[in-house]
Amino acid sequence: MDNSPKTENSLTIYPFVVPNLLISYCCILVMPEKQRGRYAALAIAAVVIVVGIPLWWKTTETYRAWLPFSEISELDSLQLQLSVDIEVVFSRGTLTPEQQKKFPLSHVNEKEHQVDVSIPELLTSPSTEADLSLHMLSESSCGSVVVYVIPESSTLLPEDVKVYVGQRRTALLRSPPFKTSWNLKEVLSNLDVEVEQVVSTMSFGHQDIVAALSNRVRMTKVTKESMADSMRAIKSSPGYEITFSLLNPDPKSHSLHWDIEGAVQSYIQPLLNKLAPIANFSVDSQILYYAVLGVNPRFDNSVSAYTLSADSLSHVINPVEARLGSNAASSNPVLNFLLYVPDAHHSPLFIRDHSKRKVPSNAFHSPRWGGIMVYNVNEMYGPEAERPVDININMAKVMGVFLAQLRLMLGVQHTHPPTGFVLQSPGSAGLADWELDRLLWSRSVENIATASTTITSLAQLLDQIGNIVINDNIAQQVSSAVTSLQSAVAELEAGNLAFALQYSREAILASERAFFDPSLLHLLYFPDDQKFAIYIPLFLPMCVPIVLSLLKIVSEAKKRRADKQAKSD
Amino acid sequence: MAAHRCGLSLVFILIFSSLACHSSCDSLENANEDTEEKQSVSDTPREVNSDGSIAAEDLNERRGRSTDAELDRRDGTRTSEALTPAAAARDEFQEELVIRPLHSGDIYASFQFRTLWDTDFLQEGQKVSHYRLFPKSLGQVLSKFSVRELHISFTQGFWRTMQWGQPFIPSPPGAELWVWFHDTVSDVDGNWKELTNVLSGIFCASLNFIDLTNTVQPSASFKPLGLGNATDHRFLRYATLPREIVCTENLTPWKKLLPCGSKAGLAVLLKSEKLFHSSFHSQAVHIRPVCQDEQCTSKAWELRQTLNVVFDLYTAGQGKKEWSLFKMFSRTLTEACPLATSSKVYVDITDNPEGELFELSPATPLLSQAVVLGDRRTYSVFDLTRAETFGQLRSLNLLLRWKGDGGEMLRPLLHAERYVAGFGLQTGEIHTVIYNNHPYRAFPVLLMDSVPWYLQLYIHTLTVTSKSRDNKPSYIHYQPAKDRHRPHLLEMLIQLPPHSMTEVTVQFERALLKWTEYTPDPNHGFYVGSSVVSALVPSMVAMNTNFTQDQPLFSSFVPVKEESSYFVRVYTEPLLVNLPTPDFSMPYNVICLTCTVVAVGYGSFYNLLTRTFQVDEPSLPLAKRLANLIRRIRGVPLLT
Repeated sequence: MDNSPKTENSLTIYPFVVPNLLISYCCILVMPEKQRGRYAALAIAAVVIVVGIPLWWKTTETYRAWLPFSEISELDSLQLQLSVDIEVVFSRGTLTPEQQKKFPLSHVNEKEHQVDVSIPELLTSPSTEADLSLHMLSESSCGSVVVYVIPESSTLLPEDVKVYVGQRRTALLRSPPFKTSWNLKEVLSNLDVEVEQVVSTMSFGHQDIVAALSNRVRMTKVTKESMADSMRAIKSSPGYEITFSLLNPDPKSHSLHWDIEGAVQSYIQPLLNKLAPIANFSVDSQILYYAVLGVNPRFDNSVSAYTLSADSLSHVINPVEARLGSNAASSNPVLNFLLYVPDAHHSPLFIRDHSKRKVPSNAFHSPRWGGIMVYNVNEMYGPEAERPVDININMAKVMGVFLAQLRLMLGVQHTHPPTGFVLQSPGSAGLADWELDRLLWSRSVENIATASTTITSLAQLLDQIGNIVINDNIAQQVSSAVTSLQSAVAELEAGNLAFALQYSREAILASERAFFDPSLLHLLYFPDDQKFAIYIPLFLPMCVPIVLSLLKIVSEAKKRRADKQAKSD
Repeated sequence: MAAHRCGLSLVFILIFSSLACHSSCDSLENANEDTEEKQSVSDTPREVNSDGSIAAEDLNERRGRSTDAELDRRDGTRTSEALTPAAAARDEFQEELVIRPLHSGDIYASFQFRTLWDTDFLQEGQKVSHYRLFPKSLGQVLSKFSVRELHISFTQGFWRTMQWGQPFIPSPPGAELWVWFHDTVSDVDGNWKELTNVLSGIFCASLNFIDLTNTVQPSASFKPLGLGNATDHRFLRYATLPREIVCTENLTPWKKLLPCGSKAGLAVLLKSEKLFHSSFHSQAVHIRPVCQDEQCTSKAWELRQTLNVVFDLYTAGQGKKEWSLFKMFSRTLTEACPLATSSKVYVDITDNPEGELFELSPATPLLSQAVVLGDRRTYSVFDLTRAETFGQLRSLNLLLRWKGDGGEMLRPLLHAERYVAGFGLQTGEIHTVIYNNHPYRAFPVLLMDSVPWYLQLYIHTLTVTSKSRDNKPSYIHYQPAKDRHRPHLLEMLIQLPPHSMTEVTVQFERALLKWTEYTPDPNHGFYVGSSVVSALVPSMVAMNTNFTQDQPLFSSFVPVKEESSYFVRVYTEPLLVNLPTPDFSMPYNVICLTCTVVAVGYGSFYNLLTRTFQVDEPSLPLAKRLANLIRRIRGVPLLT
């Protein structure tokens, strides 16, 4: 009835409703107006999409510097190639003149160790370089090994000794019988087994590498013993604090004196000087009074002494630890060595092992924490002595135990040489050169493994949580860690142990700094629902008309097309 | 702003030697105190013994002890022949407890533990890392941050000077930390920041809230108390946290620093459930370098741990005026700390010379006199290193029963208080009132005020009036604040006329903070730290003109006899100032409001742009439509 177009919707309807006269009128007057509104809606929608949304996106974006993700993901599958320079020196009389003629000769023996399915690791060991010149006192570089081959009949070594390992990086090897017809290559390949044994004693064996990688790899096929070794050694770190504490629970009866300064100078410092390339060590000492162990020792009538059983030792440390105090001045890991002098009423005190025998050193250690030694003083004074009794502690006895424990904690492992091997005792420094090398090898591998784990997990974290701001300095730390890691791996491959260790330490430092940077936490908890609660008052009233008009335009376009089709039909 | 225009006005350089300070110890001082006595003689004046240590004893006792010490030494050499430099190091530990019955009926107990660390710390490059009696954690802090002197105190409650007299060691409510660094330190601010963080870890306190906005470098008020005459205040940092609440978690690490812990000696009395059930509790750690012998050939670190507590036993004990160690601490003493070279309990019996006022049991024959804070006091001494002190029961439980009412207390000569005046939330006025109660002596005081930047001081409104007359300070050091960077520092040397009240006022304007700068409870108000009044107060001994006491005539003619003055530091109350506080939902409201305005504007704009206008056929009026209805029924042509 009502032929006046009330709504825009009725636009396409009028040709059928209104008289012909009106059609022409409407087309002239309404169509451009309609068209203009439609264009305006489209233009606004376009501005919002082209300018508004990118602007909003850009201004609310968190800053994320570029990270070398591809290189980091390469680190994830770590390919380590360790090579050792081995110099084999044949002494006079071991080779025939014909054999001597053909030199030098280099000969590489590759060996692959599969540590885990995910981390295939390639070991080149040993790349043997035969050198026939015999300079007995060649100063070998860090990480290399010199093997002197002596004639079978030599009397230098005792009869049953096959290999003698010296204090430096040298070993004497009694040559197996050679046929004079062999050329040098055959001679060397004949020596291979022995040389390999020497190397695995003096540099690293499969077990050492596996132990060093234990942080990265879930171990399945490792013996219990090497597991214990790797657990015992404190983790690699750029520095260590070594604290000696004298626990005197009974200052009323004992007045204890210990010359810790002198003892550290004469016993501990030489070892630490030797270990200086690995980490910075700082040593301090304190005396704690009224510090008691956590368990009450039991009196054993058979030996008329108090005893601590091996099972109760795990409860000893905790109450003492509260007194030890943490280091206020640095955040390096602390190695604690406690000397416990039992009080007069609980003396003497002995530690018993699992088989109920007295432990001769009367000491025990806790992996990655430190050691405790019980020092009985009850025999040093009679019952009528005037209290407190002045007692001087025999530091040589104490430091012998602590030094052994310190070696364990630092990962200078007891090597189990094959039969026929003789190791010379490690001189006054407490550490032979090749022992240091062993430590350097495993430390470099461990550092590389730790740094790459840190970097990969950081990259993973940053990838997963998009809200974290990545500042330029973090990106810089990450990329320097990655480059250091790559150089460390390359140096290991080239056999430059000292450089490898240095790079791996740099890698660890940089990766830890990046990982623990406080700026990563700033926007970590910025929940999305709160963000949208703030945006809604703006977004809702702006978007609803745009969306509605766009919907309408689309539906009109559809309808028109349908009409056109109907018309053409 | 006027405050900034005024700037820094150094009137004249203060000669600090006018605040020269003397040992307050008696001439009968024992051998252990010799070091300090000598210090006061040795070089530039320092505030040695300003804390009023009172270890004086009578001569006989000293002789007895010194022979003991010799015997000990001989024993030591015999048993340890050709041995151990460690044994040669003379670390020393002393402990003492002073109990003073206050006139208000409260009991003031003051513990002092003193550890001497014999080490050559001033030598450059030498790393000291072996600790015997000295706590390792503090030693490491000293060497890492090149600290020369460190004073830290935690106080709960306010010391009521007018009722209780002067404390032995004054401290402001909350936490106070002041540190002198070695003059080799290049980045003092960096060291200070790290040091506060480490200390907050050691003492379980929120010292990490100390930053540049509440740190000042007083030019004259805080001089080193130990060796060395550092005067360059660039190496001094001073900060207070008046808001800090002190509780058990601060006491436990403090006790852990003692060599005997809380296992033996006087420290067994330190039970937190009793110590914090008190009117006033203050614990402090003071570390300074001191001389170890008279010639000062060897130096040592001195660690003084003090704990002062005031018990309100009068109201707790149903009005009965009596106290005992057991009532106060719920413990009795059974032994001295075996490591301590001296372990003593002193009870102030000055007001009770003939025993008419109260009765102290067990009685002790040992008496000691000391001049403390300008007043000669008499003490009963209980030496815990002697077996007879503990008697038959093997435990010492001091008991004091009052007979009559306490006498009148001498008014403290110096007293200060402070308050905020004004109304509204825009401006205000800080009033600091300093009283000189001395009847005829005028003396100068050094007033130090550190005001946070959000109170913008109008320094031109600074007025100092005493006896309603203008009192021009002879020295003013003013450092204006920088917003969000540093606080105001105002130091003045004011001459207080005798028997007067001096009022210092300064107006301020309250700043508007950014909304993230408010504390979680902004309507509680903002604290302004106590102002510090340091002064050399004329001694009361010197003031004493009462000739009734038995004195030789030759000694009483010239009134000034012993130390003519003593050093005292008085802290005023901290202020609590309300700042204009916004409604904290404001940011969201603002966002919503702006968004709504934008949305409304946008909506009409959008409407205008996209709406199409069409000519509308005017609809027929109602009358015509009704007529048409009728016409349709009748079959008549319709109207248009």
